[in-house]
Amino acid sequence: MSGLHPARPFPEAAKSEVNNPQLRANLRKVTNTIREKRLRAVGELPHWEELRVLGAATKDASLAHLSDRLLELEASVKARGGHVHWARDAAEARELVAQIAQGHGVTELIKVKSITSDEIELNRALDAHGIHAIETDLAELIVQLSHDTPSHILVPAIHRNRAEIQALFNRELGDPEHLSDDPAVLAGAARRYLRQKFLTTKMAVSGANFAIADTGTVCVVESEGNGRMCVTLPEVLVSIMGIEKVLGTWEDISVFMELLPRSSTAERMNPYTSFWSGVTPGDGPQEFHLILLDNGRTDVLADEVGRQTLRCIRCSACLNVCPVYERAGGHAYGSVYPGPIGAILTPQLLHMDDKNANTLPGASSLCGACFDACPVRINIPQVLIYLRGEANGHKGTTLESVAMGAARYAMSEGWRFEGAVKLARAGQGPLVHGGQITALPGLLGGWTQSRDLAPFPPQSFREWWREREAEGAGGEP
Amino acid sequence: MSNAEARLEILTRINRAVRDRDVPERPAYPRAEGQSRADVLHTFEDRILDYRAGFVRVSPDGVREAVRAALGDARRVVVPDGLDPAWLPDGLDVRRDTPPLTHAQLDGVDSVVTSCAVAVARTGTIILDHGPGQGRRALTLVPDLHVCVIHAHQIVPDVLDGVHAVAGAVRAGRPLTWLSGGSATSDIELVRVEGVHGPRTLRVIVVDG
Amino acid sequence: MKIDLFITCLNDALFPKTGQATVSLLERLGHEVRFNAAQTCCGQMHLNTGYRADALSLVRKFVNDFRDAEVIVLPSGSCAAMLRELAPDAAHWEGDEALRSEVLELSGRIYELSEFLVKKLGVEDVGAAYPHRVTYHPTCHAMRSLHVGDAPLRLLRNVRGLTLLPLPHADECCGFGGTFSVKNPDVSTAMLADKARHILETGAEACTAGDNSCLMHIGGGLHRLRSGARTVHLAEILASTPGQVWA
Repeated sequence: MSGLHPARPFPEAAKSEVNNPQLRANLRKVTNTIREKRLRAVGELPHWEELRVLGAATKDASLAHLSDRLLELEASVKARGGHVHWARDAAEARELVAQIAQGHGVTELIKVKSITSDEIELNRALDAHGIHAIETDLAELIVQLSHDTPSHILVPAIHRNRAEIQALFNRELGDPEHLSDDPAVLAGAARRYLRQKFLTTKMAVSGANFAIADTGTVCVVESEGNGRMCVTLPEVLVSIMGIEKVLGTWEDISVFMELLPRSSTAERMNPYTSFWSGVTPGDGPQEFHLILLDNGRTDVLADEVGRQTLRCIRCSACLNVCPVYERAGGHAYGSVYPGPIGAILTPQLLHMDDKNANTLPGASSLCGACFDACPVRINIPQVLIYLRGEANGHKGTTLESVAMGAARYAMSEGWRFEGAVKLARAGQGPLVHGGQITALPGLLGGWTQSRDLAPFPPQSFREWWREREAEGAGGEP
Repeated sequence: MSNAEARLEILTRINRAVRDRDVPERPAYPRAEGQSRADVLHTFEDRILDYRAGFVRVSPDGVREAVRAALGDARRVVVPDGLDPAWLPDGLDVRRDTPPLTHAQLDGVDSVVTSCAVAVARTGTIILDHGPGQGRRALTLVPDLHVCVIHAHQIVPDVLDGVHAVAGAVRAGRPLTWLSGGSATSDIELVRVEGVHGPRTLRVIVVDG
Repeated sequence: MKIDLFITCLNDALFPKTGQATVSLLERLGHEVRFNAAQTCCGQMHLNTGYRADALSLVRKFVNDFRDAEVIVLPSGSCAAMLRELAPDAAHWEGDEALRSEVLELSGRIYELSEFLVKKLGVEDVGAAYPHRVTYHPTCHAMRSLHVGDAPLRLLRNVRGLTLLPLPHADECCGFGGTFSVKNPDVSTAMLADKARHILETGAEACTAGDNSCLMHIGGGLHRLRSGARTVHLAEILASTPGQVWA
């Protein structure tokens, strides 16, 4: 897996993941822990539901004026001494970062965790230019050192347990002492490894959680302090942001600083948030570049139903409450955006004719837990259902579409449906063993892989009702 | 690749995408009931302690002693311009940031003492706007111990109050750092580890009056 | 009250006893039940599988069949949610604003059985008796779309002889999800395994819910495991009396 593009259809990828006991145990523990914590963090705040409504409306208002907002942001950042670049797609964004790095003769740079940079597969592209990007977020470092891919938006290495990380760090970090599997010891080793990099590296790359149009302010929300290091100590800073991250005015940030930490890490507030506007003389990087990335977002914006996806603030609350994510894990989604939000964002960014990505809207039982948890009220189940329809539009005639058409025809009249049920009842004989159906053919075979099925009973409800009407009396069971 | 071309195309695509779009109405910001000053200060203390940061509340003439206690064994202290000199105990190896210290020099310092711009009770958040008494961003980042002195009147109830309080600084182009407890990670099996890259210890002194 | 029963296609063909129990229960409470034999299906399976045009033709049929109903009661939370929540959206997506307003106009008269009893009729004790150990699984659509809340639990607490056992992790989906269970059988099975485990942990003889689709999935799993536990639709418990046992 790399970037956005799933290598396999979801059901196929999930099939191997659900049988991984380590993964299942890690995910169960993590999702259950954070779910309870989130409920406490959210329950503590009065007006949570009103804040969600305000958050959604604030994002919608910004998206409705997106071109004005971006132009205002561009002007504000430039007025504060920053540079602003526009990238239509991943390749343009990668090239911009590489050019800036080469302009400074940089062969190594440090990075703040940024899903947007993973989306455009930045590290691999920089490698090809002879530039090594060092991930400084602990989880991203674990993922990078083990040549793995992230499996969660917030805790990308959540599929790894402490013993695996202990072995990895003992092998890769060159620490003089042998590291135990205590998370504090492992985090300490990462601190020692990265300290000199922070103090001496000339260039850093970050994403952006938000950007404020009227003040030209960019914001990075984090916990470890690696983000502060990257946006403060190097001489050159490049931030890559999706165009949907922009907000109108400084005051708009407030609602999101209430919604995001409680939904994300289930904290009242994350330990560190950095805000900067262009270049501050004598403080921090004296050269700042902001890259505004489209990469499919304007197509999402054009879709009346799908555009609510662009409200997403990448909190990962939907992953943590999703029963499908809890069983299949992040890698099954085949994209840097896993879970319910990934199931709607990835196929929209790649377009619905991508034959692997367009299986993602199917990766949901439509239970609705994601919608309830979403701090900006993205109606994920609604978008999933909508996208299933859009995906079918690209699939042409299939066995499934024929079966669905036949079912629709059978249900077009009450008498026709009755006839179809009678036909099925008459034909089910060979499938019934000991009063149950234990193996179904064809498309329905997935059902009987783990479940029995009671056969059609001798009399349907409508047959019973007609009989009762004819007798003119109440029925007996 | 022409950036002007990319810019024009993206803007055109956006305008085409939102042509049909109504601008949604935004509801008013939901606010909590008025809390007493005592409640606000108590909440702030509770939050800071919950983050496992140090907390002490003193009268104005107790600041110097409180800073001494908060610094503990730390001797090499970086002090930003504009910090109230009355807050600093004697006997410290004080480093000034004029001319600016190099990263390596900063790395050799044990601690930093600063004031702040505003603090938010509900979330236990300290907001630095890096004005006088707070120093440039690196000063509160590289040393391992941060002692922050806050006047009680700087503590506001909610996030929105904090956002309003620093609006002027942001519009003047100043960077902000929001601190809520010390640096932490939960990346390994979701076990919280305090102290990664930022200052591993935060001690808060609230000055009454 | 004159109640129009929308039995739903699944109940009609596979679980007629649930429909019969619903009729018996509503009549016992003194209401007149009507069944329009022209009815078929709400279109949920088609819509959720991405066949919008097929789904909307069934929604249109539903609107035509029930236009004159005073109230419409369904012994199925997911079909009620389909008609009340999803159908208006789907009509809008397909540009059929006339159908959208017709189904919206009808939606105020559509009730899932337990919410009809508790919220519309104000009845919590329906005079039922069911001397068994039972646990209740709140189905996702009833809980999150219809917001039936504790209506089913209030009804169950008033059933004579019934021991209600709390279900751990009750609000987690059972993994059915319509065609999800067939198209993603591995993840669906993994979810079912946990739901079955939680049900068996309670020591209940039966798991009840307001939706036979979820129960078909849970019950099919419990039967495959030879667990000895079974599933029973809520209507069949509420219809049961000492003289007439439905399940």
